[in-house]
Amino acid sequence: MSRKLTENNGAGWAFAAPSILLIGLFIILPFFLAIAFSLTDQRLISPNATRYVGAENYRDLLGLNVIKLEPETADDGTLARDKDGNLEYPRVRSLTRSDDYPQYRGMREWFRVHAGDTAYVVVARDVVFMRALVNTLIFVAVTAPVQAGLALGLALLINQRLRGVNVFRAVFFMPVVVSIVVVSLLWRFIYDGNDGLLNALLSGLTFGLFQPVDWLGNTHTALGSIIAMSIWQAVGFHMVIWLAGLQTIPPTLYEAAAIEGSSKWQTFRYVTWPGLRNTAVLVLVVITMQAFAVFAQIDVMTKGGPLDSTQTLVFQAVERGYGRQDISGGSTISVVLFVLVLAISLAQRYFTRERN
Amino acid sequence: MAAISNDNHGLRLAVRYLVLLLVALVFLLPLLFMVMSSLKPDNQLLNDTSSLRAFLPVGDISLENYAGAFRRAPIGLFVFNSVMVTTITVLASLFLCSLGAFSFTFVRWRGNAVVLSIVLATLIIPFETIAIPLLLFVSRLPWIGLDGFSWGWLNTYRVQIIPWIADALTIFLFVQYFKDLPRELIEAARAEGASWWQIYRRVVMPLSGPVIATAAILKALKMYNEQYLWPLIVVQDEAHRPIMVGLGYFFQLNVPWGEVMAYLSMITVPVLVFYLVLQRAFIASIASTGVKG
Repeated sequence: MSRKLTENNGAGWAFAAPSILLIGLFIILPFFLAIAFSLTDQRLISPNATRYVGAENYRDLLGLNVIKLEPETADDGTLARDKDGNLEYPRVRSLTRSDDYPQYRGMREWFRVHAGDTAYVVVARDVVFMRALVNTLIFVAVTAPVQAGLALGLALLINQRLRGVNVFRAVFFMPVVVSIVVVSLLWRFIYDGNDGLLNALLSGLTFGLFQPVDWLGNTHTALGSIIAMSIWQAVGFHMVIWLAGLQTIPPTLYEAAAIEGSSKWQTFRYVTWPGLRNTAVLVLVVITMQAFAVFAQIDVMTKGGPLDSTQTLVFQAVERGYGRQDISGGSTISVVLFVLVLAISLAQRYFTRERN
Repeated sequence: MAAISNDNHGLRLAVRYLVLLLVALVFLLPLLFMVMSSLKPDNQLLNDTSSLRAFLPVGDISLENYAGAFRRAPIGLFVFNSVMVTTITVLASLFLCSLGAFSFTFVRWRGNAVVLSIVLATLIIPFETIAIPLLLFVSRLPWIGLDGFSWGWLNTYRVQIIPWIADALTIFLFVQYFKDLPRELIEAARAEGASWWQIYRRVVMPLSGPVIATAAILKALKMYNEQYLWPLIVVQDEAHRPIMVGLGYFFQLNVPWGEVMAYLSMITVPVLVFYLVLQRAFIASIASTGVKG
């Protein structure tokens, strides 16, 4: 009876059609277009017909090799040294441009490792992409644990029975409702090397001992500064998700723990933490997905500089796809990004399923 | 149970509040710095950073930076663009996503479950991974407007609105909420011969205040605050530029920091006020995105 009442193919389809159509056109279709374009030489505007190029874009992006270099020997048979007493090695460029080594063609030095006198040079077809990939992975690897941990700390602070604690919750959450673009420009002023607030503050706290740092203009500090700012902006968001998780833990468990005379740490270890397991996975996955997609901060603060030290995957995808109108190159990076995000999501599924 | 002396208890309480207060300052001071800086002339602004004056409305306070920012860029236009795009997208999204979720939840039709799971699967596609192919796609889409037939959606309002109307998260939020509504209501209305449209309009939507608020807040924040990458690549002309892309005017080498802070305050303070008034709804909406289906 009730089944009959709620069966209606026409109305059902009609009501769902607009949203299905929009999601199909503007999410699902471009997703498959990304995969398709990454196998072609598609450009935004081009007089030539688009060609299928197979895995060429991926080879251009991910091509890596290692060149083993032995130091040069001088005429007298000893190892040659330059003015500073450093060993001299053959120029990498002489190998990547030589016809004897087709496997190195078009590659540039990414970095080198010394083992004894031998130098191992890692060469990449696309050094900038490799830096973007590594920076993005660093961004994720630092942000995920630090932001999740700090957010949990804040949630525990807010979760105590104190008068007026909700005022503090409101303040901690404030930066979340401020645009990351606004925050990035504001922090450019805070990080400024000449008259930035941070340098002035540190100098004041150390009675002038602290030497000013150009936070965003220095290859050693730029990425870390952007990570710190991103955490400051988003940590309140994850605090709220932790809080929602904390509220699902039955109070009777805490009462039982109190009767048993368990210490604060024991209560956290045996009552609170086990009850937060699923929340923990969720928080980590959401942070990871957000961190992989980092773009606005980079575009507003550093444009990938100094010296590519803050390049990221999405910044590179946009620079190619939009800046150079190389749709296929941008799409290829997008597919690589998606594969990374998918791997994280599958890992999440695996970890949550294991316990149920 | 040892009796705790009152002194000790008071001290512990004081320490707790002190910790909360110090953490609160970390979040508050940069925002306070932004607003206060927007009220000061540049030379004073740079001097003030070396003392607590940076966070206080002291010295030569005026709205001159705001006037300067308006002279530098067509800010009124940017704000209008953002508010309009946000409003239309939020309203269209609430309507079409709730209608879709209503159909997925209450109406039985062939393929219902399969289509819903395909829709929800798109949750794992970050927008950043489809932006570039979507740029090419919208650049070649046709349109029939008041001035007839045309090709290409670049430099328009529609390119900032239509792709953002339907999304899996909004549909998911409505489906979650609708599932908890008593089914008897729907069946009783059906038995009395009400049409699906009447049930949606008269029975389900009037009961859905909380989820409408949640979906509206999330979408509005996304459209007003976070629309940067997309308009950056599909809108080059000034006429259709939203606020966050309008910031580009303040990227020059000799940045007049006071004006920058004025612009930032102008587009941020209204949102913060809105948030402080509707604090519970904002926080509940974020918490609900963490609910697992």
